[in-house]
Amino acid sequence: MNISRSISRRLPRGRHVVIGVPFIWLFLFFLLPFVIVLKISFAEADVAIPPYTEIYAWANNQLSVVLNLGNYIFLSEDDLYLAAYLGSLQMAFFSTLLCLLLGYPMAYAIARADKEMQTVFLLLIMMPTWTAILIRVYAWMGILSNNGLLNGLLQGLGLIDEPLQILNTNVAVYIGVVYSYLPFMVLPLYANLVKHDQSLLEAAADLGSSTFNSFWKITVPLSKNGIIAGCMLVFIPVVGEFVIPELLGGPETLMIGKVLWQEFFNNRDWPVASALAVVMLAILIIPIILFNRNQAKEMEGRA
Amino acid sequence: MAVASSAYKKALEGDRQPKEVLVKIERVTKKFDETVAVDDVSLTINKGEIFALLGGSGSGKSTLLRMLAGFERPTEGRIFLDGEDITDLPPYERPINMMFQSYALFPHMSVADNIAFGLKQDKMPKEQIEARVAEMLKLVQMSQYAKRKPHQLSGGQRQRVALARSLAKSPKLLLLDEPMGALDKKLRSQMQLELVEIIERVGVTCVMVTHDQEEAMTMAQRIAIMHLGWIAQIGSPIDIYETPTSRLVCEFIGNVNLFDGQVIEDAEGHALIESPDLERGIYVGHGVTTSVQDKSITYAIRPEKLLVTTERPTGEHNWSRGTVHDIAYLGGHSVFHVKLPSGKIVQSFVANAERRGARPTWDDQVFVWWEDDSGVALRS
Repeated sequence: MNISRSISRRLPRGRHVVIGVPFIWLFLFFLLPFVIVLKISFAEADVAIPPYTEIYAWANNQLSVVLNLGNYIFLSEDDLYLAAYLGSLQMAFFSTLLCLLLGYPMAYAIARADKEMQTVFLLLIMMPTWTAILIRVYAWMGILSNNGLLNGLLQGLGLIDEPLQILNTNVAVYIGVVYSYLPFMVLPLYANLVKHDQSLLEAAADLGSSTFNSFWKITVPLSKNGIIAGCMLVFIPVVGEFVIPELLGGPETLMIGKVLWQEFFNNRDWPVASALAVVMLAILIIPIILFNRNQAKEMEGRA
Repeated sequence: MAVASSAYKKALEGDRQPKEVLVKIERVTKKFDETVAVDDVSLTINKGEIFALLGGSGSGKSTLLRMLAGFERPTEGRIFLDGEDITDLPPYERPINMMFQSYALFPHMSVADNIAFGLKQDKMPKEQIEARVAEMLKLVQMSQYAKRKPHQLSGGQRQRVALARSLAKSPKLLLLDEPMGALDKKLRSQMQLELVEIIERVGVTCVMVTHDQEEAMTMAQRIAIMHLGWIAQIGSPIDIYETPTSRLVCEFIGNVNLFDGQVIEDAEGHALIESPDLERGIYVGHGVTTSVQDKSITYAIRPEKLLVTTERPTGEHNWSRGTVHDIAYLGGHSVFHVKLPSGKIVQSFVANAERRGARPTWDDQVFVWWEDDSGVALRS
């Protein structure tokens, strides 16, 4: 009895499988690749396949591991990389802000709409994401180019004589990024706002607070977690965004995703590209930790 | 208990004191689309009283309260507070505060900040706010919890905070929406008395909404029974229980035995009613107003006023034979269900005054009887 019980205790059970599947997934497809990237970042570029040196060697019964910090030093020496990081962070920051300013009223309106209309609105928000991002960004190229739809319309209305140069500028990148990431801001905000207890706003009004004041004092603080979640879902991927700046941006658009691509494919310098990726992750880990801490605190508060 | 008896006393003495009207509701109707929630209601609420709107769900009591708070606009009619027409004022401009059924405490604010919220809207100086918050916390005995968040409090504590918050601005009128709705039964009776004590100490006029008649009778000096959007009766708890004006009120408040019958004799000092449910007539110790055409009437008698005995009463009227159909022993009293010869089953409360006295038991032959003025003759 005892033995069989102790055996059955050690055997994987349902909940182990349930927890184990995503665990193994993350290990295989997230942690392991990251370790490989980390390893490459400490190697040196080489004309070989793969195009970098191994960081460890086995000779004369000695295992020697050589960590080459040259790539990281190189990143700090060239202003291009710093500028690219700052460019990405700036792009991410302002796009997040724009998404928040646009997304909050949208989410609020959806959360206050009739129950049946909510589903329709949410569907409208999500529907564009069913098309591949590449196609949607290409469509924006058609809209924003000098002889595109927007310039055609403005010229047709007689508002402008010369076509506006929008495509291949940062403005185009902002338009593309905000457009693409808006659903990721609206959905968590909606999920938060729809749960708000209407009687709190009534209570605030009852205590003498105007509608505007109640919004800032009650609704906004209570939607803090939705705001943080939405901002993280926009900010983090935008920092590493490549497709949108590549297609819509111009020479002035300096973003880390683009630089990384160039290092990797154009220069075939895998170690520097890896070092770039590692530094980017290190930068992003700060907001991720803050986000997680906030979530954990919230869970405690609710319990 | 002293509090309850003082409220009771006040209700008894109510008429002697001069009344000053605070709230006047004038022919108010509220329609939601085509549904009429409140139907042509007029009533006045006096300064300093606790007034209860009592009714089942869908009776319109909550809608009426929300119109007082300003969350709903009447479709028709006016509401006056202290002589001023407040019908079109938004909630934040009314000197009325409400304690919500869910309490609606702001979850992201501490207890003290919740209470201070209303005062801050009035741009009161900081020191004054702090003093007022401290005073309110003391009033509801929550001083040591000032820094807690609502989710760290028990149900009873949350209610105290909600009360303190709604009293902080010294409103002219306090509204209570199902004040005990979120509390368990045991805490309820304790909080009912505590709430009344605090309200009376502050001296604020109060309108409460409840579906619990015991709660209304414990707390309120006057009760309005609402049904399908209109008011069935307004009066003190005693009026409503002892002299209901309609069958509806009678059945809504407490238990009652009803006998449908005809008035066969109607004189200045007495009336005689004959009911097919009873072998003998019902003698009423006062005149009954009847119309010439319609002599039908309902005689209502409360179970505690219907007495069970094993000895045959000697009188001519007001008694009947019966057999004990069922007994529910409730500790303090037992409910006897007595089957009359007509087949009608009546209820009688018998106080268990002795620990183990000889009482009638199942299928025993008994008699039920009542005094001349025990019941009420109802026209509707």
